[in-house]
Amino acid sequence: MVLKIEHVTKRFGNFTAVNDLSLSIPENEMFGFLGANGAGKTTTFRMILGLLEATEGKITWNDEKIDYSTSPYIGYLPEERGLYPKLKVSEQIVYLARLRKMNKVDALIELNYWLDRFKVPEYKEKRVEELSKGNQQKIQFIAAVIHKPKLLILDEPFSGLDPLNVEMLKDAVKELKAAGTSIVFSSHRMEHVEELCEHLCIMHHGSPVVHGSLREIKRSFGKKNLIVNADFDLTFLKEFPGVTKTKTTSEGVTLQIEGEHVAESILNKIAGKGFIRKFVLDEPSLNDIFIEKVGAEYE
Amino acid sequence: MNNFWVVLSHTYLSKIKTKQFIISTLITLALILVMANITNIIDFFQSDEDVKETVAVLDETNELSDTFKVTIGAINEDIEIISSTVSEDELKKDVLEGELDAYVLLQYDGNNLPKATYYSETLSNSSLSQNIEMALQQLKMSLAANQLQLTPDQLTLLNDPVEFEQVAIGDNVKSEEELNQARGLVYVLLFVIYFSVIMYATMIATEVATEKSSRVMEILISSVHPVAQMFAKIFGVALVGLTQLVIWLGGGYIALRQNMDEMTGGFFSFFGFGNTSISTIVYAVVFFLLGFLLYATMAAFLGSLVSRIEDVNQVIQPMIWLIVIGFMLAMTGLGTPDATYVTISSYIPVFTPMIMFMRVGLLELPIWEPVLGIAVLILTIIVLAIFGARVYKGGVLMYGNSSALKDIKKALQLTKNK
Repeated sequence: MVLKIEHVTKRFGNFTAVNDLSLSIPENEMFGFLGANGAGKTTTFRMILGLLEATEGKITWNDEKIDYSTSPYIGYLPEERGLYPKLKVSEQIVYLARLRKMNKVDALIELNYWLDRFKVPEYKEKRVEELSKGNQQKIQFIAAVIHKPKLLILDEPFSGLDPLNVEMLKDAVKELKAAGTSIVFSSHRMEHVEELCEHLCIMHHGSPVVHGSLREIKRSFGKKNLIVNADFDLTFLKEFPGVTKTKTTSEGVTLQIEGEHVAESILNKIAGKGFIRKFVLDEPSLNDIFIEKVGAEYE
Repeated sequence: MNNFWVVLSHTYLSKIKTKQFIISTLITLALILVMANITNIIDFFQSDEDVKETVAVLDETNELSDTFKVTIGAINEDIEIISSTVSEDELKKDVLEGELDAYVLLQYDGNNLPKATYYSETLSNSSLSQNIEMALQQLKMSLAANQLQLTPDQLTLLNDPVEFEQVAIGDNVKSEEELNQARGLVYVLLFVIYFSVIMYATMIATEVATEKSSRVMEILISSVHPVAQMFAKIFGVALVGLTQLVIWLGGGYIALRQNMDEMTGGFFSFFGFGNTSISTIVYAVVFFLLGFLLYATMAAFLGSLVSRIEDVNQVIQPMIWLIVIGFMLAMTGLGTPDATYVTISSYIPVFTPMIMFMRVGLLELPIWEPVLGIAVLILTIIVLAIFGARVYKGGVLMYGNSSALKDIKKALQLTKNK
């Protein structure tokens, strides 16, 4: 159950939406797609789903082309709400499930399970337009997973949810992954990707700029974060060789440094100058990497 | 189950469950039942009121009024004749006050034959005066026959109506009477085709735009091929339309069957329902379905071009105009079904469903004409379906708005890139 994207390029006229993207997503994996708006994430998803055909390259799942015969095994949560506003929750979930080759009885059983799990059983006979945005998102999620897909594609699954609901959905995603579902998801929220994914890819203007496992990416990024809190003035560290970025906080500074050796020299330099409350060498956050790679215009 | 059927049955069931469908079907059904029972309803309101008309006769001959009364009674028993002796002024007053419907001044003319003057408030009730004139004519005939001393045989000879027969010499020509009947039926069916095609085509365009604007489309086309989806939708809505038609026609038929006795003649036969030509009904169904398919396909791909439901009306406007023009041509053509412009436009596919149907209903066309029209129509539907499917496939993934023509081009490009 491997999803392979090989040298895929998608052009719309003169505009290149995705440029030479190659990825491999093994079974039982959670794969994160990061990128600014217009970076090509949704286009990539649409190509995986077979909604759009790649201009060049190919996408295969278990070495087979993805088409309508594989669609019952694929679940998709689109970025924007994709539900009938006027239909009752039960009607449309059953309809969408039947389109994925599930029968009505099973679909209703699964629907009840998920509604109970998300603590909203009372919404079963309500029309979608009556629900709040967050609750619609839950229904959307149920629509994507009700037929127990082997490949689940989630485009911004956590947007518009309050923290409690984010946790609820995250737990569900983790559980599906543990049950063997391959999951591809995109997000603007770095911490979600950091928490959930082993592998990720950062897209920028259609090209993958960073790609690999989270740990490798962080290691190969090289730079580290150093947090120093002390009772004396630390601003002079800004000029210290090997320091690439400085952020002054109320209690001290957070520095981005080129490697562990820089931390050592800084410690030597400030030792004895006064009381040091905190001296922590930390892995770079995904956020740092993202900003570095994609550009500071995007947070 | 095949996804085509899932979409079809979903479209059908979700449409006939809507309040809008149920209400509009019931209201129209009620209207049909009222129309079918219209004579009963009119009778109901009239039964108690004075259907009898009262006419006073001022007989200056002093001998004709009794015979006149009998003659009138034979013609129309609802006319009550009272012999009057009061003055004309008095009678005039009674007429103006509504006590009398009219009065008649009966006299002898120079030949000692009856003549009369009819006075009433207005001359709008022509059937009353006609009845009286008829009675008077009979009276005069018998008096004149008496004067001429004719035998009853001679009288019968005189009274017998002339034999007059109309024969059309051309082949396959409908008699004037048949033509009038067919005209009524075609008129009604044209309306049905016109309204249903507009209604259901709009329904399809709105449905497609709803799915697009709510982005359900992305989920749908990831599991159903857009072309299969488009046709499933078209046939689903066609079934909704047929359901509605069956309810209406069935209700109307049952109501008419019950009122058959009262309905013979008058309004009923004017519209040609008395001896409905089966072939006209069959052609109506065929042209209704083909017209529906033609416009539904057009509506589906036009609907796929817009991103918001509000824009649907704008984009299907040109299509509605085509239907309206076709309808207008068919309506004006009812009077002159053999005019050249009617013949020509009946072969223009967008007009064929209405105009060719009108021609085939009114004229005795050689069979190749409607067949050729149907063939052209089917060919157009196929071409439009192929073109429409390509636009639809690209269109459903396209958001934002620009001009319709540009959108069609863009949608086709998107499909080609696939």
